[in-house]
Amino acid sequence: MRKGKDSGPRLRVDPIACEGHGLCIEAFPEMVGRDPWGYPVLPADAIPPHLMRHAQRAVAVCPVLALRLTKT
Amino acid sequence: MSTAHRLTATGPSYADLAVHLRCHGPLPAADPAWIIEVVDRSGLTGRGGAAFPTGRKLRAVAGGSRRSGAPVVVANGCEGEPASSKDRTLLLKAPHLILDGIALAARAVGAQDMRLCVHEDQTDVIRTLRQALGERRAAGAPGADVEIVTVPDRYVASEESALVQLLNGGPALPLATPPRPFEKGVRGRPTLIDNVETLAHLALAVRHGADWFRSAGTPDAPGTALVTLGGAVAVPGVYEVELGLSGAELLAVAGGPVEPLRAVLCGGYFGAWLRSDRFAPARISARGLQNAGAAMGAGVFLALPATSCGLAETARVARYLAAQSAGQCGPCLNGLPALADALTGLAMRGDRKAATTIASLAPYVAGRGACRHPDGAVRLVTSALSEFGDDLRLHTSRGPCAGLRRAPILPVPAASSRVPERV
Repeated sequence: MRKGKDSGPRLRVDPIACEGHGLCIEAFPEMVGRDPWGYPVLPADAIPPHLMRHAQRAVAVCPVLALRLTKT
Repeated sequence: MSTAHRLTATGPSYADLAVHLRCHGPLPAADPAWIIEVVDRSGLTGRGGAAFPTGRKLRAVAGGSRRSGAPVVVANGCEGEPASSKDRTLLLKAPHLILDGIALAARAVGAQDMRLCVHEDQTDVIRTLRQALGERRAAGAPGADVEIVTVPDRYVASEESALVQLLNGGPALPLATPPRPFEKGVRGRPTLIDNVETLAHLALAVRHGADWFRSAGTPDAPGTALVTLGGAVAVPGVYEVELGLSGAELLAVAGGPVEPLRAVLCGGYFGAWLRSDRFAPARISARGLQNAGAAMGAGVFLALPATSCGLAETARVARYLAAQSAGQCGPCLNGLPALADALTGLAMRGDRKAATTIASLAPYVAGRGACRHPDGAVRLVTSALSEFGDDLRLHTSRGPCAGLRRAPILPVPAASSRVPERV
């Protein structure tokens, strides 16, 4: 569930900060899934360039700043 | 190959400083690079559960000091596993070996600040440590200035990032990582956190050398380990064994099974079940048990009789683990009770959907917390389903089994302590 092979930017969540508001799931449904309790399930793979805008949007809408994009 | 006496060489009662020195000899005047080198070559791995190479950890902490100041050494003697008592036994019988290890590890990484963490309710351990530190002060021995830190008695409170947060003045709750403690831990310093048994082994490896250390155990699992053997064995207790012995030999160390066995829980409540026919030939080491589909963990082995219900036993522990969640991460807070409910439904009522429910929830729980607590709980629950397949079919076709009438084998603390509110 966690490890994808290719390098590139990835979404990371701070599981303690995340409260399951789910806005990231609404903002980026192409790659962010929902678990049975409403918490985001992040993609293992790097974000492809054509979806970067969506990933950035998902980070921006998190009300508790639990989501971020990492370089590698 | 069965029992060994390295950490247990001073015998079954408290070894004061004089007895300790007579048995093991004085601390060698080793320089930092040499200590790291010997520990590296000895192949010593962490005995707290993760089995990480101790030499590599020393090197990482020592290397980090250039960036963020003098490191801190933390010895973890909390032993969160309810079924384990090996750390407690070592702390009570051979505290000087642990204090030697702390002093040597501190020298290796260049630390002045040394802490030894124990659970606050273990007053006899705290008393023993005070006595040992007093003996060291009187003799001018190194490690006399180790600070004893008491930790709330809760499963995840002794997880290493939780210890760091506690030592930094916060609640004993796991932190989101990175940074890992070896990069940035207590007071923002690189922090070496090692289990007390690991440090005791380190003290002997540095005294006697890497070749001596490797003269017990096997090439890929060198040395000895303390194990807690319990359940349906003749003489339950803590033993020191050479790594690499077989499961059958391990049970023989505790006098063997007292009745036919169904399975053995390996590695404690973070571990996994192995059916007795698969446990008997398995090699007792981190790698050996991993190859068999289980885990060494902190060296807990609990033998389950053939007439017990493995599903009911596991459901009770799953319920306990759910209550022990720090409640910080959604998947753990929600997922562990859901898994425990499903397993309880299977064990008590023969719920036919339970196995499917567990299989579908498990991937949403494992690997999704800040700490490894949910991963351990998932491993235990899923191993019960795979190892107790016969029970599963019996329960779903004919309802709860006769094993439910037996007294439980796995110890679960009666009242789980409350989780503090987040600050």
